[in-house]
Amino acid sequence: MIMLEQVTFTYPEATSPVLVDVDLHVPEGELCLVTGVTGAGKSTLLGLVNGLVPHFTGGRLQGRVTVDGADTRTHPPRELAHLVGVVGQDPLAGFVTDTVEEELAYAMEQLAVKPAAMRKRVEETLDLLGIADLRHRPLRSLSGGQQQRVAIGAALTCQPRVLVLDEPTSALDPTAAEDVLAALTRLVHDLGVTVLVAEHRLERVIQYADRLVLLPGDGQLRHGAPEQLLATSPVAPPVTQLGRMAGWSPPPRSVRDARRQAGPLRQRLAASAPPPTPPPRQSPPVLTARQVTVRYGATVAVAGVDLDLAVGQVVALMGRNGSGKSSLLWALQGAGPRHAGQVRVRGVDPARLPAHQARRYVGLVPQTPADLLYLPTVAAECAQADQESGATGGTCRQLLDQLLPQVPTDRHPADLSEGQRLALVLAITLTAAPTVVLLDEPTRGLDYRAKERFGAVVRRLAHTGRAVVVSTHDVEFVAAYADRVVLLADGEVVADGPTSEVVAASAAFAPQVAKVLAPQPWLTVAQVAAALATEPVTTPGAA
Amino acid sequence: MSIPRALHPGAWWVWALGLAVAASRTTNPLLLVLLLAVAGLVVATRRGDAPWALAFRMYLLLAAVIVAMRVGFRILVGGGAGDHILIILPELPLPEAAAGIRLLGPVTAEQILSGFYDGLRLATMLVCVGAANALANPKRLLKAMPGALSEISTAVVVALSTAPQLVDSALRVRRARRLRGGRDRGLRAVHRIAVPVLVDTLDRSLRLAAAMESRGYGRTAGVSRRTRAVNGALMLVGLLGVCVGSYGLLDATAPPLLGAPMLTAGVLVAVLGLGLGGRRIRRSVYRPDRWRAAELAVAGCGIVAAIALHVPIVLSFTDLHPPVTPLTWPTLPPLAAVGVLVAALPAVLAPPAPVTMPTASATPVRVPKETHR
Repeated sequence: MIMLEQVTFTYPEATSPVLVDVDLHVPEGELCLVTGVTGAGKSTLLGLVNGLVPHFTGGRLQGRVTVDGADTRTHPPRELAHLVGVVGQDPLAGFVTDTVEEELAYAMEQLAVKPAAMRKRVEETLDLLGIADLRHRPLRSLSGGQQQRVAIGAALTCQPRVLVLDEPTSALDPTAAEDVLAALTRLVHDLGVTVLVAEHRLERVIQYADRLVLLPGDGQLRHGAPEQLLATSPVAPPVTQLGRMAGWSPPPRSVRDARRQAGPLRQRLAASAPPPTPPPRQSPPVLTARQVTVRYGATVAVAGVDLDLAVGQVVALMGRNGSGKSSLLWALQGAGPRHAGQVRVRGVDPARLPAHQARRYVGLVPQTPADLLYLPTVAAECAQADQESGATGGTCRQLLDQLLPQVPTDRHPADLSEGQRLALVLAITLTAAPTVVLLDEPTRGLDYRAKERFGAVVRRLAHTGRAVVVSTHDVEFVAAYADRVVLLADGEVVADGPTSEVVAASAAFAPQVAKVLAPQPWLTVAQVAAALATEPVTTPGAA
Repeated sequence: MSIPRALHPGAWWVWALGLAVAASRTTNPLLLVLLLAVAGLVVATRRGDAPWALAFRMYLLLAAVIVAMRVGFRILVGGGAGDHILIILPELPLPEAAAGIRLLGPVTAEQILSGFYDGLRLATMLVCVGAANALANPKRLLKAMPGALSEISTAVVVALSTAPQLVDSALRVRRARRLRGGRDRGLRAVHRIAVPVLVDTLDRSLRLAAAMESRGYGRTAGVSRRTRAVNGALMLVGLLGVCVGSYGLLDATAPPLLGAPMLTAGVLVAVLGLGLGGRRIRRSVYRPDRWRAAELAVAGCGIVAAIALHVPIVLSFTDLHPPVTPLTWPTLPPLAAVGVLVAALPAVLAPPAPVTMPTASATPVRVPKETHR
């Protein structure tokens, strides 16, 4: 269905090609998962399929890309619209109309589908994706998962043979992501649509994939059956890492696969236990919040939350989209609204301080770090940060180098990678030396490697005498790096306790390792590896 | 009497423009007030609960401001024509060069009244347009545009939906400014907000453009330059004709040839241009609004009102401009009044507006979910 033959692609003004002499054939009806490190060309590969690359982006394409026999060289994206449906990362940015029904019909209108047929297909699509009750709703009023399903529906109404999705679940909470993925697998199984999907968080999609495409970052491309590639892949979901460590062959892709092979491993681990979580230090809390309430008009976003933060702790703030995580963080910092309750940081209320003093108590890295950046180079941003924090020159740059070495000084912040930009904004925030550091969804858009590095940074912040709060949907990240989890629902705290207790007990939020090894209380591959390393070698094949 | 549904926006516009044309024909305050009442009645009974429907209030306010300004100017530079002096204000002396202009001075009833009549006419026309805006969904109107204008209407729809996103983005960045101290003032502060917002907007526009391209937008736009030029010329000439024609029709002192004939010719040329231009676009419309009996009735009522106030002038048996000197109480010309009352029929003839679902528009100015580049 999709054929790439000896494709080399170079972006305009780039010195080296993103993809070099790449071959790929995706047969009809497959779900093909594309993964790799940031900047390895995932988006480029997806764009090649419907001709957005190079028709829209510019650049030099060598080789041949065909979809169902149509060469993208001679067919611009609009001429392939009936063949390839595209769903972007941010569904809201791609919406042309403003209600669900009209959005579903938009592409068909462009293709001049007959009104009667259009009407019928819209109804079918509404049912297929389970969004019939949303049909008249304004698109902007939908939740992230609903928006993503509408975007998929809008691509489907033209009955394309191929569906291309770029990180469709990156902004979604685990449950909404499941909804979207369930819709996708249904398309593959029922309609025989060929699906090409890029995703950082392999653990979400890999179990559904028929084929895995790995972009290691050197312009090459490896593809094949997931089991085969996962055995050696540098990026792998925790469940596969666990399997590789335990010597299972083929390495498992889903919790179910792993669980069926995990019996012996559970026996081996029965004797040992994960290192006990260090008891919460008896240090007095550095931040106390009592009955914090935030509302927007009639909607109550945060409803009377009590929270104590102690130095040296990494707290994960979890909860579905719209549960009030961001509002809480902003209220704690003092920059966002707070309608009732009080916040004390080392005895003062940051909301009552002028902004430049408040940030010495509480630093916040917002969901879109780019909102803080406005100067043309990294160096200028750093110099400005030193100046506005009253720090000695070079402080910010030094912090940045500690967080992430080798961020190019003369680069425009907009041209940095996601991880680099996050590090820059974090460095700017830390220049003011806040005691409490709040991070609003920092892990989205980070690949495995960047996430690991970022996790280490978070731990180091806690060790150097700060209280850290990370709001995130990423359960694997929480399991690996957080000491304590606070779970929000509808603006209220529904659970607050050590990570092992809160996360392991939850169906939606349990990390893969916990699911595989339940009822034993393991959370991460690293814990299991450490336990296996200290154990006397009795079974052959143990790593 | 009828099932709630949205009326074709074009019908409401024809009706409202009919009322506006009628209003432009008279300064009779009784007729104008009647027109205002008719417009208000229909809006009150047939508007929906959409945001644009609530803007009618703003039009009323604006209309009041117009009347007040008209009267105010007459007092300021009225010249004091007429005998019924109400009050004598101190006259402001002006230099020689401005001889013939008198500031303040005696205020006469005639001068205030003529200002009031004039202002009321303008205000009524404005309220009529406001009524159309309140009753017709502007987006559906754009959808009903002929094919040749589809690109323009898409651009307008996109702009309309991008505006709130721009506001969100600006609010978000402004709030984020506090996180860096936010002590800048003046140009630097503007810079600090403008740069991230612009970067964000540019990014978003590119993503939207890519999405539209991949969804087949402009699929058959390949036309030769010559055809496009001919189409453009036809449209331009046609619209020019329409403009001149409507001017001629609305200005009772214009030569008759400049009125209806010019308008007709202009419309014909424009339709020709639209038709030729529309042929190259192959696209269909999802659930198009259709002209049904109710639409025709509503539009017809508006046209009746326009004609009812046109005929007396052409036949010159009634003067729709009551004299202010000598001061007389205006009378209601029966034929015109009946015509205007016909325009109130849509309050019953048109189907009621469907109740849109309780939207989640109660959701706060929630900082929208962002993506990464």
